[in-house]
Amino acid sequence: MMRLPWFECRAPRTVAEAAAILAAEGPEAMLLAGGTDLLPNMKRRHQTPRLLVCLRRVEGLRKVSNGAALTLGAGLTLTEVLREPRIPAGLRQAAAQVATVHLRNMGTLGGNLCLDTRCTYYNQTYEWRRAIGFCLKKDGEICWVATASKRCVAVSSTDTAPALIALGARVRLVGAAGEREIALEDLYRNDGIDYLARRPDELLTEVIVPDRGWRSTYWKLRRRGAFDFPVLGVAAAARFAPDGTVLEARIALGAAASRPFLVEKAGAFLAEKKLTDEVIAEAAAIAASRAKPMDNTDLDLYWRKDVADDFVGYALRDLRGDDMRAVRLRTARYLPGEPPGLS
Amino acid sequence: MNVIGKPRRRVDARSKVTGRTRFADDLALPRMAHCRLLRSPHPHAEILAVDVSRAAALSGVYLVLTGEAFPVSFGIMPVSQDEYPLARGKVRYVGDPVAAVVARDEQTCAEALAEIEVKYRPLATIASPAEALATPEPRIHDYGPQGNIHRLQAYEFGDVEEALARADHVFEDVFFYEGNTHLAIEQHAALAAPEGEGGVVLYSSTQNPHYLHRQLARVLQLPASKVRVVAMPNGGGFGGKCDPANHEMVVAKAALALGRPVKICLNREEVFYLHRGRHPVLMRLRTGVTKDGRLTGVHLQTLLDGGAYGSHGPASTFYTGVLTPTTYELPRFKFEACRVFTNKPPCGPKRGHGTPQPRFGQEVQLDKIAEKLGLDPAELRLRIAVKPDSLTANWLRIGSTGLAECIRQVVERSGWKEKFRKLPEGRGVGLACSAYMCGAGLPIYWNKLPHSGVQLLADRSGQVTAFCGATEVGQGSDDVLAAIVAEVLGIAPDDVRLVTGDTGLTPVDLGSYSSRVTVMMGNAALRAAEQLKARIAAAAAEELGVAPHRVAFANGRVSVAGEPSKAMAFREAVELAEARFGTLAATGSYTPPKPAGKYKGAGVGPSPAYSYSACVVEVEVDRASGWISVPKIWIAHDIGRVVNPVLARGQVVGSVYMGLAEALMEEQAFRRLPPKLSDALVHRIPSILEYKSPTSLDMPEVETILVEEPDPNCPFGAKEVGQGPLLPVPPALANAIYDAVGVRIDELPITPDKVLRALELKAQGKNPRIGPEAFPAVPYPKPVFVPPPWEGGDGGEAKRHDAAAVV
Repeated sequence: MMRLPWFECRAPRTVAEAAAILAAEGPEAMLLAGGTDLLPNMKRRHQTPRLLVCLRRVEGLRKVSNGAALTLGAGLTLTEVLREPRIPAGLRQAAAQVATVHLRNMGTLGGNLCLDTRCTYYNQTYEWRRAIGFCLKKDGEICWVATASKRCVAVSSTDTAPALIALGARVRLVGAAGEREIALEDLYRNDGIDYLARRPDELLTEVIVPDRGWRSTYWKLRRRGAFDFPVLGVAAAARFAPDGTVLEARIALGAAASRPFLVEKAGAFLAEKKLTDEVIAEAAAIAASRAKPMDNTDLDLYWRKDVADDFVGYALRDLRGDDMRAVRLRTARYLPGEPPGLS
Repeated sequence: MNVIGKPRRRVDARSKVTGRTRFADDLALPRMAHCRLLRSPHPHAEILAVDVSRAAALSGVYLVLTGEAFPVSFGIMPVSQDEYPLARGKVRYVGDPVAAVVARDEQTCAEALAEIEVKYRPLATIASPAEALATPEPRIHDYGPQGNIHRLQAYEFGDVEEALARADHVFEDVFFYEGNTHLAIEQHAALAAPEGEGGVVLYSSTQNPHYLHRQLARVLQLPASKVRVVAMPNGGGFGGKCDPANHEMVVAKAALALGRPVKICLNREEVFYLHRGRHPVLMRLRTGVTKDGRLTGVHLQTLLDGGAYGSHGPASTFYTGVLTPTTYELPRFKFEACRVFTNKPPCGPKRGHGTPQPRFGQEVQLDKIAEKLGLDPAELRLRIAVKPDSLTANWLRIGSTGLAECIRQVVERSGWKEKFRKLPEGRGVGLACSAYMCGAGLPIYWNKLPHSGVQLLADRSGQVTAFCGATEVGQGSDDVLAAIVAEVLGIAPDDVRLVTGDTGLTPVDLGSYSSRVTVMMGNAALRAAEQLKARIAAAAAEELGVAPHRVAFANGRVSVAGEPSKAMAFREAVELAEARFGTLAATGSYTPPKPAGKYKGAGVGPSPAYSYSACVVEVEVDRASGWISVPKIWIAHDIGRVVNPVLARGQVVGSVYMGLAEALMEEQAFRRLPPKLSDALVHRIPSILEYKSPTSLDMPEVETILVEEPDPNCPFGAKEVGQGPLLPVPPALANAIYDAVGVRIDELPITPDKVLRALELKAQGKNPRIGPEAFPAVPYPKPVFVPPPWEGGDGGEAKRHDAAAVV
């Protein structure tokens, strides 16, 4: 079997202790939460940290608290997130569609938000990557997806981030020198290598979801009903007047660039409108025009571009209150509210 | 019957579901060392030098091997012995094994591999059949008819051009079936250990211990008596564990050299490189039909992308042609086949071996024919279904066939008549059929010996032990063996102890391939059991005071037929027999009937019997996205006689799963980097995450109908069920998509992007078809001409009729 490289492991008890280790060790140290992304990547030598800082014993990372906003510990497992009724539907739907039951039982919310970007030239073993002379993201100099590109175009593949961005979530980052709270969309950079604005000495400790009574939904495009990373994620959230007029709306896309992002124009377009079929079609076209898929994931690139507006449309019809269960079952083999798989 | 046909928990079910079954990777022996292979990073290169000195000097490293240690080549087919355990002089694909390290643990092996220095001189990469045909030099191998062509075959059974000329319509189509891999859950593992004086035993996840035994003795240059192969239960085979494999040779050699056990377990990526899976096949099919739908002749041309080595290739090439006439009445048939070498992992046998590809083509073409002629596709097939007890144009002897009944069953159960061309736009149904052989009529190497042997031992304890070389690869071979012995002796299958797949202990059985086990091992088991039963009956009859023919065996008792009070326990009867005859042993063996054809090449295709399947697939296609969902599949399979319905249904559903996976998702696809920047040619997705195969959530409901048309050549009439039911699934899906949205996807897999592109073509008023446009010029030889049975001849090659030669 594939073996992990040698590493040391530390298991701090507090966030401050973990931050101090990170500050002292620098980029040679990496955080280990569920390990479902990092450990397989280490087997393929994507990351070979000298030190893993295990977060399992750190206190306070798995809390859920209600105040002016809902605060979620970054260490909650995805299974805990999808089962927590206080969490808005869009996020629960996103968590429910990550990977498989076993991986959701281990993988954490914070881990999914910090998920390494993915690419078919990168998520391969060391030997495979050596056979192509490596690539820009790791050990090489050329981006094989776009050989003229100076920038790595690996894809952000987190499901929970677009869902949380649509909900207007913020995240708390704690470092040895202090802490800060930023809008989740500002955590990400459109760079497949340097894709997080998190400093190496910072821990993502909490996700703050404003409680604004929004309806929300998440639609995931992928080949199969389990396992697969998204090749498109559409998150939509909106607040409605009693007559169905949209008061505010936010649409975010995942797996359409090296970062998840908010399509502000689409949200703005929906404000003060009712979700008629025409309005939905136009908002979908606005949002879909921002999807710039590259040939580095599963499924045909042009097809993914072609169907982006369909998926935005599904999300908006879902928010409108259409019965979308048949479409969900056909495309995602998933029904919100039902326990996914055997969890 | 008390056992045959009754639904039972298979004999190995409990140990499998509770994790007690020992697979090859579960084995560990004292002082065991571990092995890993260094693989080529180049698709095609000369090896200039290998320096292992630094690796060999590492602490914990016991042995480093290179191609020098293995002067003798191997290969499953006698005509294609083109592999070495470790490359000698040349590497032919990314992943080709070059060196091996044996060390105290895998981690040390990996560290040592990184210290091996190999100097390569890259050679031009040959990535596709088109490139192989256009690039005679450099040659990937120095054998074969020319350039990078591995095999050329051409046969003509009756004058096909004449048959097409007098047809009312001639249909010509080009189809493509992408390659795909077995995806067994168990990765290949092997453990070798010294045994006896200078001998070696190899425990391996192999489907064919007998062929591996022969090849291992050849490569190790040892007498076969010094080599023992034990096939461990396989966690799925599907053809991927049929070839003798590099790693098996390497650990055997290392165990002999070190005098200690050596183990290897491939990782998933390495299994994708070892491969031997479905060949990508481009095919052209020209079919003549009369206006009432009868076939006048078929001309089939195939082009196989063989990858870097021969493997089963010569047989695979034949199989893209020879079984075509077994499903429908076909007066004349011509096939031309070509397999080329490319710098990719070798292709070989995968469930259905070479036949799913032409079956896809023929069944989709029949759908087009039915539409053109205004016939219902089910009705058309019923009209031309092959007849029982007949010969095909290429001299295959068909015995029983339940094809018509299979068609009637799926038509009725699926509500075909209410659905076909009647469902709303976006929904549709498609139908297809198939035939498959129940075991290859000839062995892989030429001999006149039995294909399967079974030995039974019984003693005073009442225990019966069955020894057979057959291999449990998950298909239920052990259960079938136990069931047949138990049925004859009137005991329970769980009361039969099984010793299987061990070349040191068991009579030869050729292996778990070509759907041969139930028929061949079953017949051998039946004969052995009848022999043992006769002995026991003779002894019991004496005690019971009746003639031996009046003794009945049932429910663990031996009694006088019709007088259940005159009885004894089976154990007592065995004890009497042992007292009378001495140690009780019986053997049975089986050799298939001689083929009817006498021409050179007539040995591929004949089988003791053929199984038949018919399938209806229902689909829903989203017209906006091309997204395909399959709500339900109905499949009827003519199994002859069901041995264990639980197992049989499992095999059918598993075949449907695999067929659907090939139809919708699976691709053993390769990535060529921009040639100006790189010579690389790599597997696109050698991981079980990105190589897409349906999950349980993606599987539709499957309704299985078992049709029983017992075949006199088979034990209790039982035919195969492991491979045949895969074949009709992909074409039935393609036909269903046409029924749903009116587009033809003439290549597999059928993905939503292809459907959407075809729908766009349709909207533009263009031909709504996605598929290969042309078939390249292949230098096929002049065909071997054999008159079909109804045109005279004796099954041998003949001079072409003068009049025909003018055409």
